[in-house]
Amino acid sequence: MPFNRKAHKFNASINEVEIGTGDKAIKLGGENTFPFYSFDGSLGSGPKIGVEITDLGLDAEPEGVKAYYAGCNTIGEIAKKAAEMPGGDFVVLRLAGGDPNGANKSVDDLVAVAKEVADAIDTPLVVEGCKNVEKDADLLAKVAGALQGKNILVMSAKEENYKAIGAAAGLAYGQKVGAESAVDINLAKQLNVVMTQLGVPASSIVMNTGSAAVGYGFDYTISTFDRVRAAALGQDDKMLQMPIITPVASETWAVKESTAAEEDADEGWGPVEARGISMEVQTATACLVSGSDAVILKHPESVKTISRLIRELV
Amino acid sequence: MALSGIQIFKLTPKKNCKECGCPTCMAFSMKVAQGAKQISECPHMSAEALEQLSEATAPPMKTIKVGTGDNEHTLGGETVLYRHEKTFVNKTVYAANICTCMDDAEIDAKLAQVPSVDYDRINERMYTEMINVNFGKDTTPERFAEVAKKAAAVRPIILSVKDEAAAKAALDAVKDTKPVLDGADASNYETFSKLATDAGVVLGVGGASIDELYDTVQKLEKLGNKNLILDVTMDSIKATFEAAVVIRRAALADGDRSFGYPSIVKVNKLTDDRELQQSLVALFTLKYGSIVVVDTMDYAMALPLYGLRQNLFTDPQKPMKVAPGIYPINGADENSVCLTTVDFALTYFLVSGELERSGVPCNLIISDAGGLSVLTSWAAGKLSATSISKYVQENVEGKIKNRTLIIPGKVAVLKGDLENKLPGWKIVVAPLEAVQLVKFLKDMKANGEI
Repeated sequence: MPFNRKAHKFNASINEVEIGTGDKAIKLGGENTFPFYSFDGSLGSGPKIGVEITDLGLDAEPEGVKAYYAGCNTIGEIAKKAAEMPGGDFVVLRLAGGDPNGANKSVDDLVAVAKEVADAIDTPLVVEGCKNVEKDADLLAKVAGALQGKNILVMSAKEENYKAIGAAAGLAYGQKVGAESAVDINLAKQLNVVMTQLGVPASSIVMNTGSAAVGYGFDYTISTFDRVRAAALGQDDKMLQMPIITPVASETWAVKESTAAEEDADEGWGPVEARGISMEVQTATACLVSGSDAVILKHPESVKTISRLIRELV
Repeated sequence: MALSGIQIFKLTPKKNCKECGCPTCMAFSMKVAQGAKQISECPHMSAEALEQLSEATAPPMKTIKVGTGDNEHTLGGETVLYRHEKTFVNKTVYAANICTCMDDAEIDAKLAQVPSVDYDRINERMYTEMINVNFGKDTTPERFAEVAKKAAAVRPIILSVKDEAAAKAALDAVKDTKPVLDGADASNYETFSKLATDAGVVLGVGGASIDELYDTVQKLEKLGNKNLILDVTMDSIKATFEAAVVIRRAALADGDRSFGYPSIVKVNKLTDDRELQQSLVALFTLKYGSIVVVDTMDYAMALPLYGLRQNLFTDPQKPMKVAPGIYPINGADENSVCLTTVDFALTYFLVSGELERSGVPCNLIISDAGGLSVLTSWAAGKLSATSISKYVQENVEGKIKNRTLIIPGKVAVLKGDLENKLPGWKIVVAPLEAVQLVKFLKDMKANGEI
């Protein structure tokens, strides 16, 4: 008896959200199947890769990242180089310097950084905040205004500050909004519901349903992705059909495996940079195959590898 | 296909004898349908009914064992496609690759490298469990047997071979170690099935396409061989991913028993690029590889991979716990400040990660809090002034001289009670979120408080 292959098709699809303008604009989402299940249906335009840079420059970056940006002196030059990274589709500016517990840069300074970056590149831009909810509310609202017309994605709208960020980015300035929730399908849905009630069109929302480095509670990440996609496609849940973007680099380059110098690490661990790349590559792979429509990376080697993986599977 | 409780009930004697432990035959049938009881627990079932039922209630995917003794590994036996539906039961096993086409020095070096990755992570041993021995071009059956023997002394092996003479020579040398004979396909399945059955080992079956593989498996089942592993490695990454998913889904979602076997994916055959290999090994850990073969498993590749696997295979109903104890961080000693939190693995990792980033030497004290988060275990009465003080007095005071204990910000309410129960200790309340610990500790240090 020959193999009776059963098709697993859905009558629903993930929203397609465009970011950027002109020839280099990209679309996130659009698929009507589970990740990379091209044998079941359409993958939309396929997963995308963001290249992360921060306003803090390159001093704290791994050697391979520093080497890639060698010769770049201003944030504008760094952004230009990030936009050219082979395999990358868009640039992500993380305004880490805004953290009141860190460099505590002023909102005006950071808006100027965002402008410099946006002016230096013609690829789509995603802006992340500093993780402090009060500061981000002010900062990201102003960034959204300053970059009006660029069709950027403004990340980090959370339960606590979605009104400020959502109203500015999604309503006043016509940007795309990233709704960030903490690894739970109900929280993710709730945020999308209140964001749309605020008036932000569902078609302007991208979700960051939370992430972790593999090994660090990544079980919750996998199950959240699995359940979000099952509800979005299987039950046609409109409030979960937003494409998912996942910041990977900021999680994976902070854990012990990626930071412990060879002499401080456990025996046999070997050079720190190789461990960091492994953490980034494997976490990104796990996110993509579980449901991310875009991952944010920073090491050129990781970007190259993940873009090759996507090419092989799409 | 699975039977309903009513269908099973029709086959029972309907005596309500209670000998199975259930009040009625109906109740027993319902439990069997849910998998909570085995049909064999009823002493009055007719042989005919038993046969009919055991076929119908058998698990959708076979459980296959390879290796022997401490090196025995259990593969397959999964019942769900997603971990949140129930739980994944038998974790993916990883194999490093050697080939008879390598020279002796290279083979010896690789065999010496395999045991070098071996460590504990949250009560689980992490190491490369198997070795894939590939029969290379222009080598003899004798050499294959010799290399297989060397490898089998290190780990359980997979014999990747399509040549009958070589397979036979190697099996003669290593069959007692219970290797996998991976080499059956549409052209040789009869002879390879006989080789594997005679040697008492698991047979790996491959094919150029999903349909061809299915056809060969059916022929092998007709020969009576159900001790199989499906080699889903196809000629491209895309085709291999499709095979891995479609085959597992056919078995678990569509009830097709002929695909109800564990799988093997040879990532080393799909690409030579190390970085892409590690991406693929993560991919096939998530999507249904029971054994995944890579060229070399080093620490850089293993650290994220084994963490991923551990997360994936945890029971979603039972959170991962770290063992109670004193965990020194940043080179802490008996004079370093103490902090405490719960034994929930996610909390432990978050907190210990931030403590490491602070650079301040400190002792993280973990007591048994039921594997729940801080607020949940506090609400459940598992994290209390009594539980913390008892643990500190019994396990910490004899070992640590420092008398400052920092408690989670979310249970600030315990401060007063702890001060009463732990005389001589200074109790300090930490910030609400782990991420704030770095600044908090740095400030304490700068102010000379620790």
